[in-house]
Amino acid sequence: MPSSHKETRRTPGWMGIHRGHKARPLEWLAEKFIFLVSLSTILMVFLIFIFVAREALPVFFGQTDTALVSAVIPPAEMDKHSPAELQKYLELTPEQFKAMDKDTLKTLMDVKVEAQNDIPESFRNSRDARLNTTEWRYLLLPHQWDDYKKPEYIWQPVGQIKKFNIIPLFVGTLKITLIGLLFAVPLAVGAAIYVSQLARPRFREILKPTIELLSGIPSVVVGFFALLVMATVLQKTFGYETRLNAFVAGIALGFAVIPIIFSIAEDALTSVPRAYTQAALALGASRWQTAWQIVLPAALPGVFAAAVLGFGRAIGETMIVLMVCSASVMSWSIFDSARSITTTIAAEMAEAVNGGPHYRILFMLGALLFAATFVSNMIGDFVIHRFKNKLEGKR
Amino acid sequence: MTEISLPRIAVADAGPKAAPSAPFIEIESLSLFYGASKALKNISVTLGEKVVTAFIGPSGCGKSTLLRCLNRMNDLIDSVRIDGAVKIGGHDIYGPDVDVIELRKRVGMVFQKSNPFPKSIYENVAYGLRLHGVKNKSELAAAVEKSLQQSALWDEVKDRLHSSALGLSGGQQQRLCIARAIAIRPEIILMDEPASALDPLATARIEELILELKKDFTIVIVTHNMQQAARISDFTAFFYIGELIEFDHTAKIFTNPAKKQTEDYVTGRFG
Repeated sequence: MPSSHKETRRTPGWMGIHRGHKARPLEWLAEKFIFLVSLSTILMVFLIFIFVAREALPVFFGQTDTALVSAVIPPAEMDKHSPAELQKYLELTPEQFKAMDKDTLKTLMDVKVEAQNDIPESFRNSRDARLNTTEWRYLLLPHQWDDYKKPEYIWQPVGQIKKFNIIPLFVGTLKITLIGLLFAVPLAVGAAIYVSQLARPRFREILKPTIELLSGIPSVVVGFFALLVMATVLQKTFGYETRLNAFVAGIALGFAVIPIIFSIAEDALTSVPRAYTQAALALGASRWQTAWQIVLPAALPGVFAAAVLGFGRAIGETMIVLMVCSASVMSWSIFDSARSITTTIAAEMAEAVNGGPHYRILFMLGALLFAATFVSNMIGDFVIHRFKNKLEGKR
Repeated sequence: MTEISLPRIAVADAGPKAAPSAPFIEIESLSLFYGASKALKNISVTLGEKVVTAFIGPSGCGKSTLLRCLNRMNDLIDSVRIDGAVKIGGHDIYGPDVDVIELRKRVGMVFQKSNPFPKSIYENVAYGLRLHGVKNKSELAAAVEKSLQQSALWDEVKDRLHSSALGLSGGQQQRLCIARAIAIRPEIILMDEPASALDPLATARIEELILELKKDFTIVIVTHNMQQAARISDFTAFFYIGELIEFDHTAKIFTNPAKKQTEDYVTGRFG
């Protein structure tokens, strides 16, 4: 048996088939290289997430403290406390703590006492000065701060008492993104239907690149335009009070999102088999009926994917919102100002103390944004697959 | 909705006839240009009512193009220009006051590749009816059932009318397309190689169906399969490079053609 096997192998015409992957070393190398490149992309996204999450982790574990007034341990009473207590009190890592001798520790404790003595008199007796405002209840729930008449959601990360309520930022983001999508999706999908189904070929060849050209406009230019021109025009048209508000930002955002939604939706509509169009027309449907009743439903997964991508871009867009409106007002009215999460991060990261509570909270916002985009993409993907399976008759 | 239920007109088995008894589709010196190239050259032919007419000929001979002239599907191509006239029931369908939608309601079409919409089986058949204004649910349901029965699909799909049409087999899909076409009760059904993508069994079912539908509809079918033309058609037109070479009773075309070219083609000497 083995000998006959050998015999087969020696047959001249069949030599090549036993060479396995070594047969084409260059192709093998190229394949491995591409694999590594794609792997590194995935790795990079993963690393970014790890980085953001790691910086934000202390907030999640309640390890940040913003309380202005805290109990002091007089340096003289140093020996009454255990090393662990001292380490926590001085906010040191175990390594740092171990490396310090007793005198250094004493000096640090003096500094601590001095810092407490430096607190202005007006805050010394304030209730708020004793709060750790990075606790979840202050991050998420309204709180009645001193001098306020009722509990309120406030994002005010500077000053003696730092207020980190993130709800205004979420509401702001939601407001601006939804306005942007409500404005952009109908326009972009409408344009996509027109260009892919109804326009004459020559006209289509002009329209498609023109709309897609919009995506090449830097968002700073769109923001500039919105700030100077659109804000005025819209205020004159609708007659609201605040000139720069979520509505203007949303519309401007829409301009940035339209080309993305248009481009993907147009591709999805164009790739609907011509056989469907022909069948509908042969049944006596008009071009409009064909586009609306046959082509659009058949392309719905793609059009939905376009909207999801548009949502991702809209929620992540920073510059336009930053330029057009940025006051973190807690209000559901679209004609009030709003501040989005990304804008907050962009505007405040530079002035936040590295490793401080503000810095941590900004990273937590980033992580939450990451999670929100991830979840929305997952849901989008799920819905798209449902649509597709339904269209293709798989259940 | 007009119901057409005339008795079957015996044609092919009634022996050869010079011309169809009742002229229904009259094509008068029709020429068609794709840009500068002439795809159909001065074609004149008269087709009868409630008979099956087959268009045969080698690829690129213009038979599909001519078929598409009958419901003005060629209008969709920008570079197409048409000379001559096509009259259906005495009306010039290329006249200035013709409503293409109304025309296509009367002249249905079945395509080479089955193309059911990505909707449910029921919605596929009901779509044309809805297009033409039928809203009453029981009326729709009755029409859908009738069309599916007429296209011999009812028994296979009656339990899953609301599942996607794309889950059907190729042959079933094509019969669904026929059901969709006949649901709006056209007078003419154009079929562009309706069985060319199907296996022999499915093809046989479609052929049976065509013979059945002949009772109610005028059928024009383009086919590459000459046995198919011989089996199902009453009249056959043979085309070659944009010209109509011969038109006669199917029996005559296949047994005793007048032209040498026709004889060569039907006997398989070229094409």
